[in-house]
Amino acid sequence: MTESNTEYAPANRSKFKKIDMGKIGGHDHSPAAEDLPSCLTVSNLNLYYGNSHALKDVNMTLPRQRVTAFIGPSGCGKSSLLRCFNRMNDLVDGCRIEGSITLDGADIYHRSVDVADLRRRVGMVFQKPNPFPKSIYENVAYGLRIQGINKKRILDESVEKSLQAAALWDEVKDRLHDSALGLSGGQQQRLVIARTVAVEPEVLLLDEPASALDPISTLKIEELINELKDRYTIVIVTHNMQQAARVSDFTAFMYMGKMIEFDTADNIFTNPAEKQTEDYITGRYG
Amino acid sequence: MINSMKKFFASGTPWIWVNAGAVAISVIMTVGLLLLLAVNGLNHFWPKDIMLAHYTQPSNADDAVAREIIGERVDREHVPADRIIASGIPVSPDTPMYERELIKIGNRELNSSDFTWLLTDYLNDVRYPDNLTTFERREWGNFYGYVLEVREAGTAVASSDPANPADTGAWEALKARLERALAIHDEIDVLEKDEIGDVNYALERLRLRRRGLELRGNDTPEQIAQIEAEQARWESSYEELQTRLSALYEDVERDTVVMKAMNDEETEINVSEIVRAYQPNRMHIGGKLVVYGQKLWEFLSDEPREANTEGGIFPAIFGTVTMVLLMSVFVTPFGVVAAVYLREYARQGFITRVIRIAVNNLAGVPSIVYGVFGLGFFIYFLGSEIDQAFYPEALPAPTFGTPGMLWASLTLALLTVPVVIVSTEEGLARIPRSLREGSLALGATKFETLWRVVLPMASPAMMTGLILAVARAAGEVAPLMLVGVVKLAPTLPINGNYPYFHLDQKFMHLGFHIYDVGFQSPNVEAARPLVFATAFLLVVVIALLNQLAVTIRNRLREKYKALDM
Repeated sequence: MTESNTEYAPANRSKFKKIDMGKIGGHDHSPAAEDLPSCLTVSNLNLYYGNSHALKDVNMTLPRQRVTAFIGPSGCGKSSLLRCFNRMNDLVDGCRIEGSITLDGADIYHRSVDVADLRRRVGMVFQKPNPFPKSIYENVAYGLRIQGINKKRILDESVEKSLQAAALWDEVKDRLHDSALGLSGGQQQRLVIARTVAVEPEVLLLDEPASALDPISTLKIEELINELKDRYTIVIVTHNMQQAARVSDFTAFMYMGKMIEFDTADNIFTNPAEKQTEDYITGRYG
Repeated sequence: MINSMKKFFASGTPWIWVNAGAVAISVIMTVGLLLLLAVNGLNHFWPKDIMLAHYTQPSNADDAVAREIIGERVDREHVPADRIIASGIPVSPDTPMYERELIKIGNRELNSSDFTWLLTDYLNDVRYPDNLTTFERREWGNFYGYVLEVREAGTAVASSDPANPADTGAWEALKARLERALAIHDEIDVLEKDEIGDVNYALERLRLRRRGLELRGNDTPEQIAQIEAEQARWESSYEELQTRLSALYEDVERDTVVMKAMNDEETEINVSEIVRAYQPNRMHIGGKLVVYGQKLWEFLSDEPREANTEGGIFPAIFGTVTMVLLMSVFVTPFGVVAAVYLREYARQGFITRVIRIAVNNLAGVPSIVYGVFGLGFFIYFLGSEIDQAFYPEALPAPTFGTPGMLWASLTLALLTVPVVIVSTEEGLARIPRSLREGSLALGATKFETLWRVVLPMASPAMMTGLILAVARAAGEVAPLMLVGVVKLAPTLPINGNYPYFHLDQKFMHLGFHIYDVGFQSPNVEAARPLVFATAFLLVVVIALLNQLAVTIRNRLREKYKALDM
């Protein structure tokens, strides 16, 4: 399955099969983000919650089929930025957005955009596992059923494929029709990833996907991210710098609603251009 | 000392005692009430022994004579001597309290009333002869006495000596004849209710059709001729049924039984009058249990007789349950839709706050106000509009412009809708935001999210609302008196006549039945046990309806227990 798409597959993929928890910045020198085909482009983005200015003039280009990590102290706006990509902020009362975000060149905040359709293309996994109180099968099939797909054969196939993609199939294949709430936290989070993958999005947004999980489950999620990045553009928000270093190709450091630095993970973790980034990474504040 | 008291209070122990005490008192009161209802109500159906005694009431004149008393001992109480003396019975004032007994002597055609209070001290010679017989009759209440003779078409076929309890010839003959009479009676019932009822119903429909054609000016001679032909056909089958019916009536009235009541009064009773006959003094516990079961079943499954003081209350049970279910059908969608709009779609602000306050206040409006509203709006306005639009042929007799099942259910739905709205709203508010976002993030619209995730998860809360609604509606009487409940409506609102659901019909209700039997009955003593029994049954019916809803809710809860995450 990981071999299915080689066009953008990074050469150093094999490095991630085994994850070294302590290793920082173990990346080859990859090309800069601007040189890769772009997926999401953010330009002059400003976001306000009522009177508070949460994102200030953010500009960045997220490359296709790479993992981009957002790091920064709590409240720096990284989750807010992530939630702009699938317009989850629309649900927040008093939220106002200026500037533009394009997905494959099309403005996602344009009036003609169908939000449901956008969210189908830009999937999202949340901090806390949030499986629906339905069976494992129905959780994964949910997105397809929403699209009106009810043929059992198609659903069966998609459920199996998605659960395999989320490395959960072997653990649950004998109890697909049991409640999803009986799974452990880590399994639930992988189920949520499977559920998101099942609708075949182009972009996967992961909002601190491992923060509520134990180290083993965290490890599994990280492995999963490496498996998935061949096929999806992945954006991950994390508090954990080691995690960002381990899984990301590109890393953005945000502080007080500003994008301080955005570069390859290598550069950010080994040779940051900004003093603030260096201070944060070395633990001097944040 | 004060310090230790302070400590004692600070420890919280007194609170625990106060709380536990309050709970205990509540439980005792509830259980006590249920027991009181159950004992008094269920006791009524037990076939009691018939007492034979002599009673010499004290009197100022010396010629006090002993009267013979035959009857069931129903109740006893102690009364002060003064009160007895004041009522004109010269008892000795030296004894402060006298015991008196309530005896059901029945035989309403012979005695002025079928209950009498007697002073226990002056009852002598109490015996329970085996051959004393109880008749439950279709009219005139119970009869107690000895079976003397059974007659077929006026000629005696069997007789017994009342002085010899072993002589059961007439009793056995009576039992056989009673069985025959009851079988014929069942036939008459079917004929009268079903077959003749159907004919009447068909004739009424034909009349309405003809009137409708006339009103619309479509009364072509062919149409009229067709209707008249059909009418003639039904009339002829009516005639035929009527002949069969009178033959059956003649048949059922063939046998009579001569009875000796107390004080040697003799009277002849037609066997067709008797519903049930038994000799309780002769029966053992098993036989009594059988009669008890029969009487209880009759109470649950039959129609009332004798101004509701005898017979069963099935129409009332049926009416209550149907009305509550119908109300649930109305109230659930309304309440849920309103709550979803208020919570999910409406912009939260001043207006929604005002609406919420209004909804909460609606729950506190006295129910009779809803009754008046239902009468004014539903019946006089909506109902008469419906009649004018859809049932002009029946006018001036109203179809929906009169109290009925539909309006009663709607009025109660209105009365209970605030409860459903409030609890559904609470349920919706408790659905975690993360689940909604999870669904939205998969490309579901808001409606799809509501329909597939939020509403199923909120369904236990909706059921809670419905449970509260059912509990309130099933016990409500006051508004129903204005919008559809009547004293006697033996025709059920759902029956075999097209279109099966007759929501325009009036109906009986257990709560109103209690009021009617207990306080509007001409025969208070006879009605009292039925009040208890009906009250007990009402509690049981409400408990069962609630249990049904609770079971459904628990199932749903089990299914969607994610809320505890």
